[in-house]
Amino acid sequence: MLFQPINKNYHEFCIDRDKDLCINCQVCVRQCSYEAHFWDEARQKVMHDNSKCIGCHRCEALCPTAALNIRKKPSDFRTNSLWRPVFLQNIYKQADTGGVLLAGMGSPVDIPVYWDRMLLDASQVTNPSIDPLREPMELKTFLGAKPKRVEIVTGKDGKPSLKTKLTPQIELNYPMMFAAMSFGAINFNLHRAMARAATETGIVYNTGEGGLHKSLYKYGRNTIVQVASGRFGVHLDYLKAGAGIEIKVGQGAKPGIGGHLPGAKINAKVSETRMVPLGSDAISPAPHHDIYSIEDLLQLIYALKEASEYKVPVSVKIAAVHNVSAIASGIARAGADIIAIDGMRGGTGAAPAMIRDNVGIPIELALAQVDQRLRDEGIRNNVSIVASGGIRCSGDVIKAIALGADAVYLGTATLIAVGCTLCGRCYTGKCPWGIATNDTKLSKRQNPDIAAKKLANLIRAWGHEIEEMLGGMGLNSIESLRGNRDKLRGVGLSDTELDILGIKHAGR
Amino acid sequence: MKRVYPDKEYCIGCHLCELACITAHSKSKDVIIAYREERGQTGLSPCKRVFEKGDTCVAVSCRHCDDPSCVAACISGALHKDPETGRTVYEREKCVGCWSCLMACPYGAIRRHPMENKIVKCDLCEGREGGPACVAACPNQALKFEERD
Repeated sequence: MLFQPINKNYHEFCIDRDKDLCINCQVCVRQCSYEAHFWDEARQKVMHDNSKCIGCHRCEALCPTAALNIRKKPSDFRTNSLWRPVFLQNIYKQADTGGVLLAGMGSPVDIPVYWDRMLLDASQVTNPSIDPLREPMELKTFLGAKPKRVEIVTGKDGKPSLKTKLTPQIELNYPMMFAAMSFGAINFNLHRAMARAATETGIVYNTGEGGLHKSLYKYGRNTIVQVASGRFGVHLDYLKAGAGIEIKVGQGAKPGIGGHLPGAKINAKVSETRMVPLGSDAISPAPHHDIYSIEDLLQLIYALKEASEYKVPVSVKIAAVHNVSAIASGIARAGADIIAIDGMRGGTGAAPAMIRDNVGIPIELALAQVDQRLRDEGIRNNVSIVASGGIRCSGDVIKAIALGADAVYLGTATLIAVGCTLCGRCYTGKCPWGIATNDTKLSKRQNPDIAAKKLANLIRAWGHEIEEMLGGMGLNSIESLRGNRDKLRGVGLSDTELDILGIKHAGR
Repeated sequence: MKRVYPDKEYCIGCHLCELACITAHSKSKDVIIAYREERGQTGLSPCKRVFEKGDTCVAVSCRHCDDPSCVAACISGALHKDPETGRTVYEREKCVGCWSCLMACPYGAIRRHPMENKIVKCDLCEGREGGPACVAACPNQALKFEERD
C-alpha cells in the first residue's frame, strides 16, 4: 500500500532476517499468529511486516537456521524524559480508536523492586551452616489457621495425644503454589499441566475464577478452587472438589476492577466449565455484589465453609492497596484461614493499562505491613499469608518468607516456564506460545506432557535453591525463617522504607 | 518394533520434521545447503509430509506395517520386509518406478521422487545416532519413536 496511516511506523519491533541463513522454509510464517511473516508470491520468498511484530520471539525460537532476530526498533522519538515513547504511542493509538488501552501481563513500569534491595544472611564461624544434601531440610508448609497453643493429654496407655482440634490445612511440600489463572484465560492444556505438576510435586494450583473442568476433579487434593465476583463455574461439587476455597476479591494487576473474558475465548469446554453460554462474554463485576463490608465477607466465608462442611480452609485474595494491613486484619477477623495478597506487579490476562500501571502497591511493602499488623494484634496465627505479584526466583521466595509470608503464588513465573516471553498481548487471544489462547490451533502448542514436566522442574529447582539458602543461614526448616526479618538487610533504602519493611540496613 | 507415531492432538504444523528429514537424508547434512541447493539439484525431498485440514495437522510417514501392501504390490522386489528389524526396506537400485506401491499404500506415505523414477520413503533414519531426525526435531513432542502393541 502506497499510503499508510501516519502512525503505522511507530511500532516497537523490527524483524531481522539474515539472508545468508534464511531458507524460506516458512516455519516463521506458520508460527506467527499476528501474520508478521508472510509468503510473498510475487517475490517467491518469505517477507515480513515489522509493524505487526509484537516481540513474542516465537519465530526466532522455531527458526531452524537461526536466521531471525527480533530487535527493538532502533529509530526512536526524540529523547524526552517526560514524554517517553510509550506515552506518545498510546496517545496515537487512542486518538485512532477512542478506546481504553488494554494491557496483558504484569506492569512493566519502573517502580522500586524491593526484592533487589534486600539481602539474606548466612552463617559464619559462630553458628554452623547446614548442608542440605547431607542433612534433613524441611520445606513442608501448612496453610490454614493455627491454634494459639496445643493441649496434649496422656491416655491410659501413657501415650500422648492431641486434645486441641486442628482446623483444616493445605499441605505443601514446597512453600510455592501455581497462582490463579482461570481456565478460559489460559487453556485446558495448561490447566491440565498445572494440575499434574502440582500433584507430582505435592503443591497446589489455583483454578482461577473459571471453574474446574470435570476431568480435573481427580487432582482435587492439589487444587484450590476460586470463587470470584462472576461466580463462574461455582457449584457444590466444585466447592467440595479442592483442598481449599479462595474468595477472589482483588487482583494485583487490576485492583478495584473486574474481569472480562471475551466471547471469542469461550469455546465449548470453557462454556461448560464456566456455566456460561457458548461465545458470550464472561464478565466478572468489579465488586462482589454480596460483599460491601467485612461482615458481608464473613457471611460468604462461612457460607463456603458450611457448603464444604468445614473440611477445607477458606482463603481471601486481595490486591495490595494502601490500607492493606487494616483490610487484612478485617479478613482475619472475618474467619478467613488464608489471606493471599497480590502486589501491583502481578500478572493478568487483560487489564486497562492505566489501572495496571498506576494502582496498588508493591507486594514487599504490603506483605511486611500485613504480617506486622497481624502480629501486633495477636491474630497472626489465625491466618496464613500468601504473597504474590512479581516473584521471579527462589531468592524472592525466600525473602518473601522472611518478610512474613507462609507461601507464595507463582503466576508469571509459571507461564514463563512454559514459554511465555512477556510480550503482553494476552488479551488478543492470539498467544503464539499457545498459553493465553483457546484457539484450537494455537493451544495445541502447549503439550501438557512437556508443560507439566517443566513446571515440576521449576518447583523442584527452586526448592533445591531454597534449601541451599536456608542451610547457608544455619536453618533446617522453612518454619524457622518465616517472619524472621533478622535474616534480611536492606541496601540503598530510606529509613521509611526500612521501617515499613521492618528490616535493618545492611551493615547494621 | 519401534515406530514413529504422530500425535495429531499436539502436531502444530510447523513442518520442522520435514526439514529435519531432508537434512538427515542429504549429502551435506546441513539444513541450509540441503534445503537451498540439494533440493533443487538432486530432488532431495522429505520422506514425511505434514497433512493439514482445518485446525488439525499430522505428520505422516511410512508406518512400516506388519503386513505391508506396498511390498505385496512391488513388481521389482525393491520393497521387502526385514524379518529381523521389522522395517519395510526400500532398495533404490531395484526400483523401476512403476508407482504400484504408491497406489497400494493406505496411508499415502510413499511419494514419487521429484526427478527420478524412484520413490521416497521413510527408512526410520537407519544408522542415525539418536533415532529418527524428525522425532528429535519436533518442538512439541508430537512425534514419538516407541514400541507400541
